Amino acid sequence: MSAKRWLPFAAFLLIAALLATGVWLSRRDNREALPSPLIGKPAPEFALPVLHEPTRTVTSKELRGQPYLLNVWGSWCPECQVEHPVISRFAATKRVRVIGYNWKDEPADALAWLERFNNPYWLVLADIEGGTAIDFGIYGAPETFLVDAEGVVRWKHVGAMTDAIVRDELLPVLDAAEGMKQ
Amino acid sequence: MIRFWNCKSKSPLPPFFKGGNSAAFSNGRNAAAFLERKNSTILFDGRDSDALFDTGSGKATFLPEEPPRLSSPFEKGGPRGICLALFLLLSLLAAPAFAQKATDPTPLQFRDTAEETRFHDLVSELRCVMCQNQSLADSNAQIAVDLRREVLDLMREGRSDPEVRDFLVARYGEFVLYRPRVSGTTWLLWFGPLLFALGGGVVVWRLLRRGRNAPPPGDDETQEW
Repeated sequence: MSAKRWLPFAAFLLIAALLATGVWLSRRDNREALPSPLIGKPAPEFALPVLHEPTRTVTSKELRGQPYLLNVWGSWCPECQVEHPVISRFAATKRVRVIGYNWKDEPADALAWLERFNNPYWLVLADIEGGTAIDFGIYGAPETFLVDAEGVVRWKHVGAMTDAIVRDELLPVLDAAEGMKQ
Repeated sequence: MIRFWNCKSKSPLPPFFKGGNSAAFSNGRNAAAFLERKNSTILFDGRDSDALFDTGSGKATFLPEEPPRLSSPFEKGGPRGICLALFLLLSLLAAPAFAQKATDPTPLQFRDTAEETRFHDLVSELRCVMCQNQSLADSNAQIAVDLRREVLDLMREGRSDPEVRDFLVARYGEFVLYRPRVSGTTWLLWFGPLLFALGGGVVVWRLLRRGRNAPPPGDDETQEW
């Protein structure tokens, strides 16, 4: 009899535990960011024009051999201005090539933006129509990918980069990627 | 996080892709107000200022809103005339401002109703990656426009519905499916309700059986009801 009396309470506890688990699982503050299914897989093949030299096309194969950081930005994107100093600081360390991915932008606007805020990029690729961006699973800017020497996506960050993210997330992944290569 | 696009639009944006229900444009006053708002913001800087700053959270947002497409070829039963007239008018007004934009603002054109129906069924089961509580069909986010176009292109390449879904899942993850596939991580989601119903059924059955064995309650004179 006493076991039966406890049954509703046990059911309540079960449901409360379920609810608490849900809340706990959604605790991260960046929960709108989707985990990329590309992590650990080869980055999509692409051939994109260079922003500063529209007649020159760079392919994903040409970029292999060393890791690179692919930073998606657009002159229309206010958050990209926020993260720009962080990207600049990281690029200045010359740790890896930092490649800009100018997404759905007007080349003139993009060049003016780089002129105004300085160009931290080793190379800027232009994806004016946004076709390659779909292959990368890009759904907003800024987004940042780390692609290793073999062309495998190792890490992705959705949203503005911060120095803390560079220190706590990017650099350890980069160390691991370079460690595996050697 | 900060990367919100203007998902919850403060103005009554019409559900472009929902057949029939375009209440926001069912009377001329609303439509005119919408037109006025659009014009003032578009002509301001070429982009919808509401789309650039989410005033609610005070955080910067993200993609410029695409020009309003008041007419959709698969909007059934809506006031087509008014929509078309507004669309043409807006196209004229917005043309210089959007000349520099990369995305082609014209609505998708379908070859026939079968294609239209198939497209609609497909995109309403896919989730917009930017406005995560809207389907790809409902969302006005720039990326949703691009993905709708991509879905139509894939359909025209002759890909089947599962292939189109796989294409998007490979790039954006399982998240894009409103109807997640049955797998190790989703079985509880799929069969959890069934388990709850079964558990409840067992409890009810046991209560009923106990009630039948117990003495009938009618003899109790002290019961006040």
